[in-house]
Amino acid sequence: MSDQQKPAAPPDAPSGAGGLRAWLESETPRSAFQARCVQMWLSWLKFSANPLALTGLLIIIALVLMAVFAPLLVTHDPLAQDLAGRLLPPGAKGHWLGTDGLGRDIYSRIVAGARITLYIVALVTITAPLFGLLVGTLAGYFGGWTDVVLMRVTDIFLAFPKLILALAFVAALGPGIGNAILAIAITSWPPYARIARAETLTIRKSDFIFASRLQGASPARIVAAHVMPLCISSVIVRVTLDMAGIILTAAGLGFLGLGAQPPMPEWGAMISEGRKFLLNQWWVATMPGLAIFTVSLGFNLLGDGLRDALDPRSGQS
Amino acid sequence: MNAHATKQGGGGAGLLSLLARIRPALNFITALAVTFLGLLAITFFIGRVIPIDPVISVVGERAPREVYEAARKAMGLDKPLIEQFLIYLWQVLHGDLGYSLLTSHPVLEDIKRVVPATFELATVATILGVLTGVPAGVIAAVKAGRWPDHIIRVLGLIGYSVPVFWLGLMGLLLFYGKLGWVSGPGRLDIFYDGVVPQVTGMILIDSLLAGDWGIFKNAVSHIILPAAMLGYYSLAYISRMTRSFMIEQLGQEYITTARVKGMSERRVIWKHALGNVMVPLITVIALSYAALLEGSVLTETVFAWPGLGFYITTALMSADMSAVLGGTIVVGMVFVGLNLFSDFLYRFFDPRAKL
Repeated sequence: MSDQQKPAAPPDAPSGAGGLRAWLESETPRSAFQARCVQMWLSWLKFSANPLALTGLLIIIALVLMAVFAPLLVTHDPLAQDLAGRLLPPGAKGHWLGTDGLGRDIYSRIVAGARITLYIVALVTITAPLFGLLVGTLAGYFGGWTDVVLMRVTDIFLAFPKLILALAFVAALGPGIGNAILAIAITSWPPYARIARAETLTIRKSDFIFASRLQGASPARIVAAHVMPLCISSVIVRVTLDMAGIILTAAGLGFLGLGAQPPMPEWGAMISEGRKFLLNQWWVATMPGLAIFTVSLGFNLLGDGLRDALDPRSGQS
Repeated sequence: MNAHATKQGGGGAGLLSLLARIRPALNFITALAVTFLGLLAITFFIGRVIPIDPVISVVGERAPREVYEAARKAMGLDKPLIEQFLIYLWQVLHGDLGYSLLTSHPVLEDIKRVVPATFELATVATILGVLTGVPAGVIAAVKAGRWPDHIIRVLGLIGYSVPVFWLGLMGLLLFYGKLGWVSGPGRLDIFYDGVVPQVTGMILIDSLLAGDWGIFKNAVSHIILPAAMLGYYSLAYISRMTRSFMIEQLGQEYITTARVKGMSERRVIWKHALGNVMVPLITVIALSYAALLEGSVLTETVFAWPGLGFYITTALMSADMSAVLGGTIVVGMVFVGLNLFSDFLYRFFDPRAKL
């Protein structure tokens, strides 16, 4: 139960306020559930004391809301062309951010693009870490040749520049949003495998692992039920830090015409379209770029904040 | 091999110490070989296994059966996969990366032609990144927690968050389109093209060798913007690493001793502390150089810079697979080489790493 011991409460935390707060800041939690809640509450206190991290969180919440309520937030149909009203500057005729080369409303397209961005990020961050977790825990738990072979493969994937490898994969698979997601996932699992392996190595000789083995648990059960859950928190921190990179890679693929195909309002592809009008109609390329930048900044800030709040080792630096 | 030498001992003490000395180099070469093999396995997999049918992409969908079979045989696709891979290895090791559909030259020849441009761009970018990143990191460490530190951190965060191709476009818009301070895309203005005899393939050096000052100035005005955009990336990375190395050094006792002895603060920071940071910093610079290769793919596309990245993306557009994979192999090898080399440098220069 050592991982549920509660760290000392920060001295500036208000105390004795109400029942719930006292329960959350209790020095002697009575149940595993309460101990977990106390842990989360203290992490939250540490996280929320960091204004940059809160800004990041707000940006991401805004992105999620924008994606969820996209149909209500758009002012125009994001795909509807209006050749008479093409390349209108921001603010003209009710187009807040102007229109693009086919007269489509840029604001509506950015809002609709939030869904695509979230879709890409969500799919990559579900598949790549799971695969990495599997490879890493298997390598760490079984050791020996399994470890050598799996880690060699991991190192080889790690050795490739991510974007170049993704480019080559998409080139072979053919352009499209699904293939772009697959390519990004293929190139981003190795770091998770390394992290999971390192964590597994530290716990595989623990008493509780021996205990469950003595009880007759199969290796599959031990890895899935006892080893993986303990690796998850460090993997989650790394995932948050990687999300910005995933967005940038996806946008880069879109920019090169390998990701989402027209007329999908993907932000990278929108920049690529705006490139033709760069010097005379600056807003066409600028606006979607600002959206990418804001979101990836948000993920970076959130990731830094989460790392400081959840990982005690990096707290001092 | 080494274990054997240790057991035999006595007989060849000279040989043994020689082995011990070159052991890092041996490990380096082994790691390099294994990783290269892996790289080639991946490119082989991408090129031969993933495509639904590579024969069709050559002969077309409506080719008669005999033509199809002949092409299949000529491409060696009727052989077992492992044999195909060995043939592929043999070809790549002999510098045969296939023919480019687009230029109808051997891919290796094309790559030799475009690499100097990338090398030139990445080198100028790294120089800019080091010249700004190291001082920025030192200042951030000395003023840790105060406003210069915050400004440098925010600059770094922006560098990590901004899409490099968009930054390039914005740079073009502002400095080329609006202000007119720099020249636009490409390496030279069109009427300077091909005037200078090619020696190194790097225009900055070639024009100096030819003594043509006007072309040199024109080349500088073309390279400065893409190099600055790429350099901003290494600035973000180098300054962050320099800061954390410096903070660690400044907390050491020898720094306190030097200060107590009355040494000037400038000497303490820039000579003693920075001197000790140099070794890990070389590693970081090598790594950032490798990362620039990746950034150069998008930057070169934006600036129409005729380097390796531009070559790969142009080949992508015309489904020129051997060119794409050839470029991928070269970039991958340089990347792996630089990564392992920086590791090697670290071990070589840092006496503690030998223990």
